[in-house]
Amino acid sequence: MSVDIEARDLWKSYRLDDGGALPVIEGLSFSVARHEFVALVGPSGCGKSTLLDLLAGFQRPDRGSMTFAGQPVERPSPKGILITQKGSVFPWISAWRNLTFVLNGASQEEQTSRASHYLELVGLQDFGSAFPYQLSGGMLQRLELARALVVKPDVLYMDEPFGSLDALTRLRMRQELLRIRREEPQTTVLVTHDVDEAIALADRVFVLSERPMKITRIVDIHVDHPRSMADPRAVDLKDSILRDLGAIKD
Amino acid sequence: MQSRTSRVSPYLVVAILIAAWWAVIRLSGTRIFPGPWDVVLGTMALAREGVLVHHIAASLMRVAAGYFGAVALAIPLGVAMGWYPPIYRALNPVIQMLRPISPIAWIPLAILWFGVGNASPIFLILLSSFFPLVVGTIAGVHSVERQYIRAAENFGITGMKLLSEVVVPAAMAQIVTGMRIGLGVAWLVVVAAEMVAINSGLGYLIIDSRNAGNRYDLVVAAMVIIGVIGFCLDLLMRRMERVDSVRWRYVR
Repeated sequence: MSVDIEARDLWKSYRLDDGGALPVIEGLSFSVARHEFVALVGPSGCGKSTLLDLLAGFQRPDRGSMTFAGQPVERPSPKGILITQKGSVFPWISAWRNLTFVLNGASQEEQTSRASHYLELVGLQDFGSAFPYQLSGGMLQRLELARALVVKPDVLYMDEPFGSLDALTRLRMRQELLRIRREEPQTTVLVTHDVDEAIALADRVFVLSERPMKITRIVDIHVDHPRSMADPRAVDLKDSILRDLGAIKD
Repeated sequence: MQSRTSRVSPYLVVAILIAAWWAVIRLSGTRIFPGPWDVVLGTMALAREGVLVHHIAASLMRVAAGYFGAVALAIPLGVAMGWYPPIYRALNPVIQMLRPISPIAWIPLAILWFGVGNASPIFLILLSSFFPLVVGTIAGVHSVERQYIRAAENFGITGMKLLSEVVVPAAMAQIVTGMRIGLGVAWLVVVAAEMVAINSGLGYLIIDSRNAGNRYDLVVAAMVIIGVIGFCLDLLMRRMERVDSVRWRYVR
C-alpha cells in the first residue's frame, strides 16, 4: 500500500497572553496509507482539532514536515477537505448550488453531472432545490459530505462530523459513510471522542494522550464490515481503548 | 391575565386613537386644531386637485435618488472596511465622528454647495442613510462565521469571488437590516429637507399649508400620509428578509 499522508516530527504550541507557550503537539510522527481510514481518539482538549488543522493546511506547524502524496502541505486545498461538527454548508444557496459553487472552473456539463451524482450518492437527489435551513441535521451532514466529495479530494478530514447529531442519526450516518466508502474509497482521517464510532469505521485507531499530544497506541481493527458492536472482538477492543484513555480503571 | 399569544387588533388601537383625538377636539372646543374628519376632507380636496400625487411623487423621487446613491456607496465601502482591518482602522474614527451629526445640521452647507434645487435634499438623504448602511454592512461582515470562510478557502475560493460570493451573502441579513434602517432615516429626513426652499414634496406641503393661512387640517393630513408611506416602505423592506438567501439567518 502506498503512503498518502506522512507527518514527521510535528511540533505545535500556542502563544499565551502572559507570554508563555502552551505546547499542544510535541514530536508527532505517523503515516496513513492510500484509502486507509484512520480514527484519532483522545481526551477532549488534547489537540486533535489542531492536528487536523495542520494536516489540512489551516495552520502551520512550528517544526516538522507534512507531506501529502509526496507534496508538502502549505495551505488548504481542495485535495484535502475538512468537515467539522459545526457544519459549513453555505446557508444562502440551495443544496444543488452548494455543490456546483465549489466546482468553479469546471464546465457546465461537468458541474451538472458531478453535482447530481454526489447528491444521489448521499440520497439527497430530491432535495437539490432545498435551502440548508429546510434540511434536518442528518441531511445537512450528508450534504456536507456530498459537497466535500464533489471536488474529488484525495483525503477527507473529519473533525467530530456527527457530534451534533442525535444518537440514532449518528448510527445511520456511520452506515452511510461506510456505504459511500465502498462505492468511492477515500483516504480518511476521523477525529472523534466516540470509541464506538472509531471501532465501527476505522482500519486503524490512534489512541492519543493528554496534551502535549502523543500517540500512545495504534490499534489495528481486523473485523470485517459490517461490524457489530456486540462482536466479542469489538467489545475487547473498546475495553482496551477505554482503558488506555483512563475511562475504565482496573 | 392576558396570555402572550392573545392579541389586540391593531385596527382597534387605531380606532381608539382616532376616537380619543375626536373627543379631545370636542371637549377643548379648539378652533385651530383640526378633528379627524377635517383631515379626511382636507386630504380629499388635495387628492382631487392632483397636488397630493405631485407632492408624494416629488418626495419619493428624492428619497429614491439619495437612498440608492447611499446604497451604491455604503455597501462596497462597508464590505471593504469589514474585511480589511487596515481600512477599518483608518476610516472608522472618521465615520464614527460624522455619524452623530444630525442631517439637519448639514442643511446650511447643502444649500451652500448645491443650491435650493433637488440636489440639496438628495444630498441630505444620501448622507443620512449612508451611515446606517455602512455600520450595518461592517457589522454584517464582522459577524460572518469563520467556518464559511474556512470552507471557501478549503475549496480554493479566494479574492473577489470569496468577497462577493461568500462574505457578502453571509453578511446579507445584516446588510438588509442596515438597508431597512437607512430607508427609514431617508424618509425621515426628506420631509425636513423639503421644508427649506423647495416648492414640492410632503415637507413643503406641511410648511406651505401652515404659512398659507394656517391650514392645520392639511398639515395633519400630510403627517398622516408621511406615516402611512413610511409604514409601507418598511413593509416592503421586510419582504426582503423573507427571500430564501437571507431568511436562513432568521430561522436558525
